[in-house]
Amino acid sequence: MEFSPDTPWQKVLDAVRRWARINSPWAIHYNSGSCNGCDIEILATLTPRYDLERFGVKLQGSPRHADILICTGPVTRQSRERLLRIYEQMPDPKFVVAVGSCGLSGGAFRGCYNIVGDISEVVPVDVFIPGCPPRPEAIIFGMVKLLESLKKGKAEVATVSEGAHA
Amino acid sequence: METQRKFIVPIGPQHPALKEPGHFQFTVDGEIVTDASVRLGYVHRGIEKGAENRNWTQNLYLFERICGICSHVHATALAIGVERLAGVQAPPRAQAIRILMAELERIHSHLLWLGVAAHEGGFDTLFMYSWRDREIVMDLLESLSGNRVNYSVNLIGGVKFDVEDKHRDAILRGLDTLEERTRHYLNVVTTDRTFLARTRGVGTMSRNQAELFGTVGPTARASGVARDVRVDAPYEAYTLFPVNLVTDEGGDLMARFVVRTKELFESYRLIREILDHLPSGELTVRVPRKIPAGETVSRVEAPRGELFYFIKSNGGEKPERIKVRTPSLCNWASVMQVAVGHKLADMPMILSGIDPCFSCNDRMVLINRGSSSQVWSWDELRRYGIEYYKKL
Ligand code: SF4
Repeated sequence: MEFSPDTPWQKVLDAVRRWARINSPWAIHYNSGSCNGCDIEILATLTPRYDLERFGVKLQGSPRHADILICTGPVTRQSRERLLRIYEQMPDPKFVVAVGSCGLSGGAFRGCYNIVGDISEVVPVDVFIPGCPPRPEAIIFGMVKLLESLKKGKAEVATVSEGAHA
Repeated sequence: METQRKFIVPIGPQHPALKEPGHFQFTVDGEIVTDASVRLGYVHRGIEKGAENRNWTQNLYLFERICGICSHVHATALAIGVERLAGVQAPPRAQAIRILMAELERIHSHLLWLGVAAHEGGFDTLFMYSWRDREIVMDLLESLSGNRVNYSVNLIGGVKFDVEDKHRDAILRGLDTLEERTRHYLNVVTTDRTFLARTRGVGTMSRNQAELFGTVGPTARASGVARDVRVDAPYEAYTLFPVNLVTDEGGDLMARFVVRTKELFESYRLIREILDHLPSGELTVRVPRKIPAGETVSRVEAPRGELFYFIKSNGGEKPERIKVRTPSLCNWASVMQVAVGHKLADMPMILSGIDPCFSCNDRMVLINRGSSSQVWSWDELRRYGIEYYKKL
């Protein structure tokens, strides 16, 4: 059978794949130099009160299984290479969510000598979630925004400023 | 070949559920760890150097962000030191509010640790429960300060907000619930059979060793070392509200669980006492913008142990040098020693036993056996540990 983007089969396959991706995106979390604040909030988002898993988002260990990279903190010189490696190991299509002011701009650490910069200077970011740290609600909001944009078939860059101080 | 049976297991710097990156290397003979080393620095940001370009007030916010878990004690240590250099003292009410926040923070940190350590042992139910209950104290912290993490309580010369009656009631109510839950957790960590199989007699460190390795905080206290800055050198309002030291002679992982859980009760007691006898008065004193030249040392007890600050001022608006020594760093050496002779399957628990400010080690594991190599993640190591114990 021939697979080209136009065959009906391929279209069906794509639709199934997108449906699966939207309903159960797997995420990987990497701390590229954060203060932990954002990381414990991400963890809190997964625990009973906020329960991110109800959207099917599952945090797991290997970049090779992940659709979404949730990244926190400014990028330090040492972790830059790691971040790139994780990003490269992820299968396409992949999405990056930058959590926290540090990930957006370097935050409080901007100007420190061991900081390469914010996350978008190293890998392309799809969703920015501001806050120091963002509340779990804001993180959920960001993830849902990402899923919504996937539904539309494309990942637009979304900034979740409305949800940050909700 | 002899090397056939010896392989090195590097655990790389990245983990799914937890916090900071770190890199370990375990040399293994069969199942037994014969050597261990750690490489830190993935989150080295250059804060101490950065401090020299920021003024004293800005630094308060920078240093609070050294660690999102024990942010308040960092800012407190800095504020106390700078106040000492400036020759002022925070008003009594501010001092009491500072330690009130510190104890609330200790509660959140210990509950967080309890969950994370249980998770490493494959006990996810306890993880979810303790994190659910942790939300109670997070709500309290938020209602007091307006932020769940990095509360920014301190100013140089005082605190930013007052504790009002409505807060008081909310805190007391929250503590009642938490106390009941903590009693349950204490029961679980001391009686649950599957849990004890992972903790009793594992990672034992004698008092002698604990002193030799220079451990601090609950890790030292679980080996019977009576060491706590709140008791040895009371700072701020701890002189008014003395702390009862919690120690345990066990020295193993179970003792570390017990000590931390019992410290929760101590924090509850302390908070109630502070709320009952909250001194009245001002919240801040005036501090000059330029801090007189001089050096000072400031020590406080973080949830993980002694936090040490050296502060040097040259009389300007910015510090000349600030040096921070955090408790986790003191405890790392002990882990690397204690790990030797234990099973690889015990590593996740032993590592989390000291509550490394760094639990989010989303790590990669690589096993080199002769020429063949295999990539593992920390998650897989954790699962390996859990499966290993299931078979027993
Ligand atoms: S944004 Fe704030 S909480 Fe998040 S890593 Fe940066 S300093 Fe920490």
